[in-house]
Amino acid sequence: MTSDHDTAARFGRRDLLRAGGVLAASACAPTWAQSGSAGIAARPEVSGDDIHLRIAHQMMTIDGRRRHAIGINGSVPAPLIRLREGQTVRLHVENALDEESSIHWHGLLVPFHMDGVPGVSFPGIAPRSTFTYQFPVKQAGTYWYHSHSGLQEQMGLYGPIVIDPATPDAAAPAREHVILLSDHSQLHPHTIFRKLKQQGGYFNYQKQTLAGLLAGRDQPAGERRAWGKMRMDPADIADVTAATYTYLVNGHGPRDQWTGLFAPGERVRLRLVNASAMTTFNVRLPGLAMTVVAADGLALRPVTVDELQIAVAETYDVIVTPDDDRAYALVAESVDRSGMALATLAPRVGMRTAAPPLRPRPLATMKDMGMGAMAMGGGEATPAHDMTDHDMAGHQMGGHAAAGHEMGAMNHSMRDFANAPEVKRSPTVQTIAPMPVDRTGEPGQGLADVGHRVLTYRDLVAAARNPDVRAPDRALRIHLTGNMERYMWAFDGEKLNEVTAPFAFLENERVRVTLVNDTMMGHPIHLHGHYFELVTGHGEHAPRKHTVQVQPGGTVTFDLTADAVGDWAFHCHMLYHMHAGMMQVVTVRPRGEGAA
Amino acid sequence: MSVTLALALAAAQMQGMDHAGHMPGMTMPMHRPAATPKPKPRAVKRPTRHRATAMPMPEVAACSPEHAAMGHCEAPASIPATGPSEPCPPEHAAMGHCTAASRDAMASGTALPVGNAPAPAAPAPIYADRVWGAGAMAPARARLRQEHGGMTFTQVMLNIAELQPRGGRDGYRWDGAAWFGGDVDRLVVKSEGDGRFGTRTSGEVQALYSRAIGPYFNVQGGVRQDIGANRRYAVAGVEGLAPYWFDVEATAFVSDHGDVLARVEGYYDQRITQRLILQPRAELNLSAQQVVQDRIGAGLVDAELGVRLRYELHREFAPYVGVSWERAFGATRRLRGDDGGAVVALGVRAWF
Repeated sequence: MTSDHDTAARFGRRDLLRAGGVLAASACAPTWAQSGSAGIAARPEVSGDDIHLRIAHQMMTIDGRRRHAIGINGSVPAPLIRLREGQTVRLHVENALDEESSIHWHGLLVPFHMDGVPGVSFPGIAPRSTFTYQFPVKQAGTYWYHSHSGLQEQMGLYGPIVIDPATPDAAAPAREHVILLSDHSQLHPHTIFRKLKQQGGYFNYQKQTLAGLLAGRDQPAGERRAWGKMRMDPADIADVTAATYTYLVNGHGPRDQWTGLFAPGERVRLRLVNASAMTTFNVRLPGLAMTVVAADGLALRPVTVDELQIAVAETYDVIVTPDDDRAYALVAESVDRSGMALATLAPRVGMRTAAPPLRPRPLATMKDMGMGAMAMGGGEATPAHDMTDHDMAGHQMGGHAAAGHEMGAMNHSMRDFANAPEVKRSPTVQTIAPMPVDRTGEPGQGLADVGHRVLTYRDLVAAARNPDVRAPDRALRIHLTGNMERYMWAFDGEKLNEVTAPFAFLENERVRVTLVNDTMMGHPIHLHGHYFELVTGHGEHAPRKHTVQVQPGGTVTFDLTADAVGDWAFHCHMLYHMHAGMMQVVTVRPRGEGAA
Repeated sequence: MSVTLALALAAAQMQGMDHAGHMPGMTMPMHRPAATPKPKPRAVKRPTRHRATAMPMPEVAACSPEHAAMGHCEAPASIPATGPSEPCPPEHAAMGHCTAASRDAMASGTALPVGNAPAPAAPAPIYADRVWGAGAMAPARARLRQEHGGMTFTQVMLNIAELQPRGGRDGYRWDGAAWFGGDVDRLVVKSEGDGRFGTRTSGEVQALYSRAIGPYFNVQGGVRQDIGANRRYAVAGVEGLAPYWFDVEATAFVSDHGDVLARVEGYYDQRITQRLILQPRAELNLSAQQVVQDRIGAGLVDAELGVRLRYELHREFAPYVGVSWERAFGATRRLRGDDGGAVVALGVRAWF
């Protein structure tokens, strides 16, 4: 493999771009991530029962520019780990950094002490030491792995995992590509975090302006006044934007334009992984329908759409069938439409596609503020049932039904703690959604009116019957709270550094958990070590996920069987939200073991 | 950390968890750590009948949905095709709000209503101590908490740093603050003042403890030392973000002579474009009594009204032009013998 340094020395930057940043950028990319890849089935990167991974600083080249990164075995993204269901794998992870590191196997059901979260599951991997993870591989599908130490994930410490089923799937598409989406910044992640703390809207260059008002863009004056009175910014769609991020596909920028090959007419499986630190992506391939066949690694009844929103840390397997002998663009727009990741599916190397223009950025609506069915300025479809039952979880909780039926007497205060008795009254809580609604039937911010089919969570139906179909023993409500002005984020108003008690479960207890998003921003919530079944109307074929996006001002309800004894991390997968405190520990204890 | 020990413990742990029975093809190291005094935790030893059922894969193997879609095999008959979103989700149906239209309507799984079992008592989240030892876990746990919400930051902000050309008697003005600390508790240093080149400077420095009392406002208390006058004050104030995005601040001062002063100030950032920002600003000083040696009269002492138009080359660095109108009132005006007036201001707003 040509070293990146040599390549860069031989060509000027302009030459690099002209000749296809492809060559230079691929030099440090693993095979599956190399542009012009014929597919991952041809050559897995690392596999076997003993896998060696070395975490170290390195340089990477994005769109012709050299950037500092942290990678594994000399590559960013980290190598594809290809496993087989049923094997027991030992992963020997050498930390060549001068700081602690760790690897978490995202979505893999492993013993809790192999889960890789320093301070929860193990002590971390000390600098200049090696740690061996060992666990049985109990599932198949598309997963990923990343550092759970500091902000290393933002610096490149992430990679995909593909697990082949124990029984080979003879009818699976012969061709498959991993599409690993991520966001890269030249700023050090600690700098990004500091800027957010100093000025929450630091990276937003799509705010509402006077010029926009005069030109008739965005909200009219009256609406701006109403929002201003509440100190809410409807243009606050993403915290960190293309102002600093370059969005990557398999480590390649939009100008590098990573290319995956296909033969016209064949079915191609795309294993989509959102390995971003902070970016929710809207993914589409103009001219190609996507048949979604798996979410978070697990098989679904196929559902065909034209676009889907993939939250941070989610994975989707989709199948496309490109019939024509031409290049197809794979477009992953950031949710605030400040930028996009771009790749190409092409029958031959060297074919490029033009990037479609960015669509206008959405504005948050009253519904995003948690005004639920009362939303006026929305423009987004509202499932009819929301009108009459916006506070379903409240009924279940028994003591919290007040808001349920008294539409007329509704308190529209944006910070009424009577609407959230679980929440601690703290500066962390800027708003409490007065009327949060279940938004799993909606496609995500800005996707209600794009003119084609967009995936919603309610479209997901598990292919297999759920392993546990018991009724939940009890209900639990958890609020997602935040303060954009101070850049504070927490569950129930308590940052992890303030939390006094974990979320406790008994072994095999089945609990209906409702996540209430009291903020105006989507939060991808991840529970380690478990799958949970989304309560979206599909009975015992509920989709099972490890990460779920809770839309702004919305709720998500899932049934969880706490079947993995131990301590588990539970957090928002927006890296800086987690870092700001939106994380807690979930304990699962054998029944009768007492409080230890 | 000893890697061998870690591995051995891991192996022991996994045997304890009784995975082997459920894991085809799993090879488990046979050796046990000879000298591990730690008893295997009772908790993880018990067989988990549940784990076998937690694996959905075998059920899919017969006919995966994507195959079914391709016509390669038949999906199980009970599985209807995916349609559009259900109009009446079962949890609502269960509460009698609508009639379930779900074709899965077998009232199972997520369609079942929730029970009301009590929540278990919360244990200490220290399960990993059983595997790695409390000594190894305690520092990692402390770091985890500190790194997730407990970090401290600093910001130094000069909102005003400007020259005021006055045809030979040029003046200057500054107004800024710095903070250090966490989300709630901070040390704040503020300074403001003005002067004319070659003559007097009047200004002040405040050192304050600041505490967040809500999502938008902080209370602050501390001391103020004047520049150019040997005067100290105790300070108490409140500052924050008012409705309609106004940055406001109100402060009371009690001098070491017992004089009571107050100040109210505020500004608003009006974005004209993403980088061009107009900042109207007002500052009023008040006094409860006349302080002759400081040339302060009772009542409204003086006011500064300004409008500054800045261009953010970076968020942190924005040159501006503006107009500042200053005037003293009442007794103060007589004591100072200065009518005030409007001046042009050229400056930079900068922070880091």
